[in-house]
Amino acid sequence: MRTAWMRHPGLMLGLAASFAFALLGLLSLVWTPYPIGDISIARRFAVPSPDHWLGTDQLGRDMLSLIMSGTLTSFTVGATAIIIGAGIGVPLGLAAAIYGGPVEWLVLRFSDLAFAFPSIIIAILIATLMGPGAANAVIAIGIFNIPVFAQVARGGALTISTLDYVAAARLAGLSRPAIALRHLLPNIASLIIVQATIQLSVGILAEAGFSYIGLGTQPPETSLGLMLRDAQNLFLIHPWLSIAPGLAIAVIVIALNIAGDGLRDILDPRLRRQEVGRVAG
Amino acid sequence: MRVTKSLALASAGLLLATSLAMAQSTEIRVGAPLEPPALDPTAGAAEAIDVVVYQNVFEGLTRIDQNGAVQSGLASEWTISEDGLTYDFKLHDGVTFHDGTSFDAEDVKFTFDRILAENSVNAQKALYEAIESVTVVDPLTVEIKLSRPDGLFLFNIGRGDAVIVAPESAENNATQPIGTGPFAFVQWDRGSRVILEQYGPYWGEKPALTKATYVFISDMATMTNALLAGDVDGTYNFSAEALPVFENNPQFKVLVGTTEGETILSTNNAKEPFNKLEVRQAMAHAINRQEIIDGATYGYGVPIGSHFAPHNPYYIDLTNTYPFDLDKAKELLAQAGYPDGFSATLKLPPVNYATVSGQIIASDFAKIGIKLELINMEWAQWLEDVFANKDFDLTIISHVEPFDIGIYANPDYYFGYNNPEFQALNETLNATTDEAKRKELAQEMQTIIAKDAVNGYLFELAQTGVWNAKLDGMWQNAPVEGVVLRDVHWVE
Amino acid sequence: MTLYILRRLAGFLVTLLIAAAVIFLLLDLLPGDPARFILGINATPESVAALRLQMGLDDPAILRFGNWLLGMFRGDFGMSQTQKLPVADLIAARMAVTLPLTLFAMVVSIVIGLPLGILAAMHRGKPLDTILMVIAQAGVAVPNFWFGMLLTLLFAVILRWLPTGGFTPWHENPIAAFRGLLLPGLALALPQAAILARVMRTALVDVSTQDFIRTARAKGMTFGQAMWRHGVRNAFLPVLTILGLQFAFLIAGTIIVENVFFLPGLGRLIATAVTERDLVLVRSATIILVLAVSATMLIVDIAYGFVDPRLRERGA
Repeated sequence: MRTAWMRHPGLMLGLAASFAFALLGLLSLVWTPYPIGDISIARRFAVPSPDHWLGTDQLGRDMLSLIMSGTLTSFTVGATAIIIGAGIGVPLGLAAAIYGGPVEWLVLRFSDLAFAFPSIIIAILIATLMGPGAANAVIAIGIFNIPVFAQVARGGALTISTLDYVAAARLAGLSRPAIALRHLLPNIASLIIVQATIQLSVGILAEAGFSYIGLGTQPPETSLGLMLRDAQNLFLIHPWLSIAPGLAIAVIVIALNIAGDGLRDILDPRLRRQEVGRVAG
Repeated sequence: MRVTKSLALASAGLLLATSLAMAQSTEIRVGAPLEPPALDPTAGAAEAIDVVVYQNVFEGLTRIDQNGAVQSGLASEWTISEDGLTYDFKLHDGVTFHDGTSFDAEDVKFTFDRILAENSVNAQKALYEAIESVTVVDPLTVEIKLSRPDGLFLFNIGRGDAVIVAPESAENNATQPIGTGPFAFVQWDRGSRVILEQYGPYWGEKPALTKATYVFISDMATMTNALLAGDVDGTYNFSAEALPVFENNPQFKVLVGTTEGETILSTNNAKEPFNKLEVRQAMAHAINRQEIIDGATYGYGVPIGSHFAPHNPYYIDLTNTYPFDLDKAKELLAQAGYPDGFSATLKLPPVNYATVSGQIIASDFAKIGIKLELINMEWAQWLEDVFANKDFDLTIISHVEPFDIGIYANPDYYFGYNNPEFQALNETLNATTDEAKRKELAQEMQTIIAKDAVNGYLFELAQTGVWNAKLDGMWQNAPVEGVVLRDVHWVE
Repeated sequence: MTLYILRRLAGFLVTLLIAAAVIFLLLDLLPGDPARFILGINATPESVAALRLQMGLDDPAILRFGNWLLGMFRGDFGMSQTQKLPVADLIAARMAVTLPLTLFAMVVSIVIGLPLGILAAMHRGKPLDTILMVIAQAGVAVPNFWFGMLLTLLFAVILRWLPTGGFTPWHENPIAAFRGLLLPGLALALPQAAILARVMRTALVDVSTQDFIRTARAKGMTFGQAMWRHGVRNAFLPVLTILGLQFAFLIAGTIIVENVFFLPGLGRLIATAVTERDLVLVRSATIILVLAVSATMLIVDIAYGFVDPRLRERGA
């Protein structure tokens, strides 16, 4: 196992970079160079300096602090959407696999429905219903994640449930939910982890998109997408304000993707489903 | 066959476009940030409607010029009775609507009856409720009787809400506007553009432009690109933050003018703790007006200390009533019984000046212990929550109606300000026609609401247009909503 | 096979019906009065009430839902409340932009994505593979609105080859119309091309290790011949899935790119209609989108059934 990890420098790099950004985001909970609500028009558009490593934005806020806090928001949105997606999708997928018949039919129709609702329109409607905010992005991306995880779980479980030891467990009198819990779930955990890595990067990109059109994170909170939106008008005058958050998004997404690819190669080289969940990014 | 034909037409169109670019152009493409939902200015409040049609497609009895003065429109002249209750309008002869039907006194009567009808959907019906009757004296004379004198009557009938429409076409004006103006509506590609063309039989002086296209571009960064690439010839109100792109570019001119938009921190005066004068005064002291103007309008906003436009002759400067002073603010809060401050919500509509001002105000209020929760909302919801249901603590909004200090005399208005003294003054003002007297009254009213710190008075919005340097004749100011093309022309 | 298609069709109809109910319910819950929105802050309560009556907003919800469904069965999608035009016309006009844009973006992503995926698979593990896959990673990671902005700056503002945005109707000038779709099409296509290249590569690599390829090679075919005769058909399945999903995503998910290029597409129609609380328009346009997406998935599923009979057995 150890050698497998060593043979994937990309994986190590991807994981390291992803964790670095995640830690940077978490650090913003307890410390940022400046408070992100600290507005001072007098010092706006400062270039990077020892005081402000990444300069200041159009309200005079410290860019490094904003990027730290924005990274946290982006990760949180992506991760919460995964919890929603996997939390609902995986049980649905498992149920479809072990019960078959009408249950499976229902799950597949539900999955169709969730896929058929364009996530951007869900986001618009939820934003209208509850007011714009990061929660909308979470729900909209979460709903999109449900069928993705349902399919992964169902596909994985179908392959395994034909295996001998599952049949043995059945003969031993284990109920179907018990089989799903004790035998199927541990065996498809790796698939789910890989898919989660990919959906995290998709979620971070989608959050950026929602914030960009004003449906996602709202001030005074910040996210990388919101920073891009605030800076877009100033692109020709102060390009750095767009480039910094844009680069942060790209690096995080690439890191997560590389990590996901590497994990897949180690855990299950035959896993292809992950691309399905990537289209909407 | 059809394909060949359209291809031929297309290439002809391309040729035409290039040859036009060579010669003196008589066409204009105006970038507009919002697309109107419909094109009938008498049945909707959206500014985007007036931007396209006001004084271009539709005209009223009077018209407002770019300085906010009343000029003659479809009425060539008028007389007002001694008591200020009866207006006799003489109408221009030979005026036709774009569908060829002629304009006469019956159309005027129809227009006002429609505004005042039981089932009227006019957005400003209240402005015209002083009208008691409209009588057709002869085809070119109309008499309008008022139930009370109204100093703003001639101004109000010059607004987009009272443009003259014809009974034959009024029903379809939302999609196929038919007016008497110098430009006739040609085509509306929804989601994209509206095309107007000069109306040949126009009764008045012909405009220089033969064709005008309004292109709807909501994304300001895209608008910047479209201006730079020459895909639009100008826009009437560009976001201030990106103005530096055009300010030093000789190919463009930036027009900075006034609007009627008093941007205020509206306060729910009927609610704890904002019903306490000291609390409102403390908030007024905690407003760093210059910081807000610099942050939200890049210095283009004009500071105000009351609810009145600085370019109005009745204006007095009250910006120093409660200067920025956090210590004083804290003291006042303590006097009011809130030594540690309090928490409140600030509901913000989806406009940039509000979101940015809100963040700055929240940052300053936090220093005196007032913790603001910023709630961003959509227009429809803002209208319902804040405006209709008065379910709010604070909000930031620009009141764009000209001369609208009278809203403070309405205790049911959303800021819940009930001051009988002010209400009495407003009554007197409405019934007064003497200029000097009116000015005195208006200034007294401004002072009262400033001292009462009814709302936080922030700034007067500026109009910042960006146009091709070779265009002339655009309105610099925005006394009413509209982009009037009458005098716009290309120069060498 | 017929039974499979029939069952799948029934599922499709049930999905649509549930979708219609969900959309209607959601929209009915939206706060904000459409009439108040149209008339603004100075309107008198009587004017607002008059407009509500005129818009039919005071009818009971169940009646409005029933009327809507019945209308749609007759092909009548209702009248837009703010624009005063038949919703079907409005949607048709937007489809004239969205559909060509989607198809163009798909063609571009196929033309770029598939060959690169094949190329990478053929050079598996070699430097070219790595380079191509790094490019693909970057392609997936750059937000498309951001990419669109850069394209505009380069091709419209600096080089002035193409318009910054906007759309000329096809009947007016088809060349100008197509030019208007070029940049937004590219902005949409590149991330999708990157995904497609990755899928294609993985699928081919998977197939190339399978027994039947080895058998074919043992029979004397070159690797290329074997792949061409036996591999591509099998590699086609995952690609087909992704293409179906991409179509579904592109047709609805273009709002952001439509905004950047001020295109009158379907997504922006819905977004504006929500702001203006034009509920009739929102619900009809949304159900049409759901219909388009579900139909695409139905077609993909049926195609699957033809390609791989085993799939017909489960869960249809």
